[in-house]
Amino acid sequence: MSILNIVDLNKSFGGLRALSNVNLSIDKASVHAIIGPNGAGKSTLLNCFVGRLEPDTGSVTFDGKSLLGIKPHEINQLGVSRVFQTPEIFGDLTVLDNVMIPGFARRDGAFRINAWNPVRRKGPIAEKAMAMLKDVDLDDKADQIAGQLSRGDKRRLELAMCVVQDPKLLLLDEPTAGMSRADTNKTIELMQTIAKRGVTMVVIEHDMHVVFSLAHKISVLAQGTVIAEDLPEKIKGDPRVQEAYLGGAHL
Amino acid sequence: MRFMGMNKQDWILFIGFSVVTLLGPIIFSPIGAGYPDLLQKFAIYGIFALGFNILFGLTGYLSFGHAAFLGVGSYTAVWTFKLLSMNPIPAIIFATIIGGLFSAAIGFISLRRTGIYFSILTLAFAQMSYNLAYSVLTPITNGETGLQLTQDDPRALDVALGRDYGAVLPSSDLFGIDMTGYPGFYFCGVMLIICFFISLRIFRSPFGMMLRAVKSNQNRMNYTGLNTRPYALTAFIISGMYAGLAGGLLAVTDPLAGAERMQWTASGEVVLMTILGGAGTLLGPVIGAGVIKYFENIFSAFNDNILEQAFSFLPETLQHIMVQVSSLFVGEGWHLTLGALFMLIVIFLPGGLMEGMRRIRNLFVSKPPGGTGSGGSADTPVQNPA
Repeated sequence: MSILNIVDLNKSFGGLRALSNVNLSIDKASVHAIIGPNGAGKSTLLNCFVGRLEPDTGSVTFDGKSLLGIKPHEINQLGVSRVFQTPEIFGDLTVLDNVMIPGFARRDGAFRINAWNPVRRKGPIAEKAMAMLKDVDLDDKADQIAGQLSRGDKRRLELAMCVVQDPKLLLLDEPTAGMSRADTNKTIELMQTIAKRGVTMVVIEHDMHVVFSLAHKISVLAQGTVIAEDLPEKIKGDPRVQEAYLGGAHL
Repeated sequence: MRFMGMNKQDWILFIGFSVVTLLGPIIFSPIGAGYPDLLQKFAIYGIFALGFNILFGLTGYLSFGHAAFLGVGSYTAVWTFKLLSMNPIPAIIFATIIGGLFSAAIGFISLRRTGIYFSILTLAFAQMSYNLAYSVLTPITNGETGLQLTQDDPRALDVALGRDYGAVLPSSDLFGIDMTGYPGFYFCGVMLIICFFISLRIFRSPFGMMLRAVKSNQNRMNYTGLNTRPYALTAFIISGMYAGLAGGLLAVTDPLAGAERMQWTASGEVVLMTILGGAGTLLGPVIGAGVIKYFENIFSAFNDNILEQAFSFLPETLQHIMVQVSSLFVGEGWHLTLGALFMLIVIFLPGGLMEGMRRIRNLFVSKPPGGTGSGGSADTPVQNPA
């Protein structure tokens, strides 16, 4: 059963063909990695899922609904959350607030005026947010201003903000880029736990260690087209992949 | 410990604020500000700045056109006096509603842009309103003369209730209490307290948290499933309603409305008040409004005679020079003082007077070890900027 279907997706920027006839189908409750050299079109592809870019032709269907032509917040309300390459967090707010806001968004929808009752430290949203912070080891920093966190902490916070919404589909753009080995391993463990809960994940990643410890399936993107799609162990040995991605070197 | 959902610190803050407001005539008399004319200005501009802060302090949208809503509120209130009743209550209710409607229209268009473009749009709309009030809308605004009461106004509600003001020009009165002097101040003061309470609730609520999120990162908000524009628009309308109410109160205490109330300098003034006091803090804007109105009153009252007396200890030539130089900063030129004060605050205290107070408090109160900010009981609100 696939949850996300991409059919014949094309996107050009001026004369540059960023995506040409991309076809992808993401299985429900699987971790699907998209790899490829720099400039292969990975981020462009992700941007087409979340309403940041409008593809020239083709279709993106999530859970039976088209994701094209609707706004980012509507896509999120359908159950798609995204982690960015550079962490997008609420830098002026406390760490706990950062995780509570997605909670309110899930409970109250895209817009609701809830201006009379104060935000409380007790109650389901705050408690769920604290539990989520515990999962990413940020519970002791709950009262800190999020903008003052280290880069690794910011990335984990952003991941927490996405996961706390219980998304059906989680999109991750290089979730471990710039992290130390120890932090990377922690993040891998965290993502494995999330995957076990049945959250479908699409991961763009350069770090092969991350890709091979997480992915159930891998698609290789080069020059805007999917050149291979298979199980991780098969991708490792695929000569086309080695040619495009690794410049012919053996893995 | 909670009552009506608010914790102890917030109740102390609110009760303290109410007490200071209501005891204003006593508390402010040592600095020569204990008289109703000035106190009601503190209260009215305090309301204006409180509302402006909900937009600018929380969402970060800097409007340069809020005086338009103040002016609209004044015109509405005077028209309510003319057509319905000299009772201030219908006047301020209509002023608030019309202020809200007017800001909904301007906000709807202006909020299509952010940053400097938003500011320019609001400025343009306000200047447009100002010019219209002077020219085309003269039948409504009475142009340059300003909208005034006349003896033969219909006052339908007053007539229906058998109230006759006789041959004198009526002034607004609340069920027989004349809205001049202290009763006028207390009417404005009670309004200020109500507005402060509403502002406090908004600051502590999930809605307030969303408005801070708008300021912090709209991109993340969108990708978190939140539609940013209605949040910003609601904040804009609330601040427009506060401004309308403030304009209505100006008309209550002095039933006359002129277009100059809508000029861009008046819009700029509320920006100064908010930043001077501390944008995004609860008390800051009210303090900023008080400080600016106080200085306006003190410095603009100075004239050359007072200055000559002040420098009379100096030799005559030096006295003459000092009077010449300092006269630039007082009387008509008091805006120069305001400008200098504003520059000093922005450079040395970007968080406004509230940041200054926080710094002074930190000098005396040592921080708890480990200091992760509040770190209080599980019952404290998540963010607590007083």
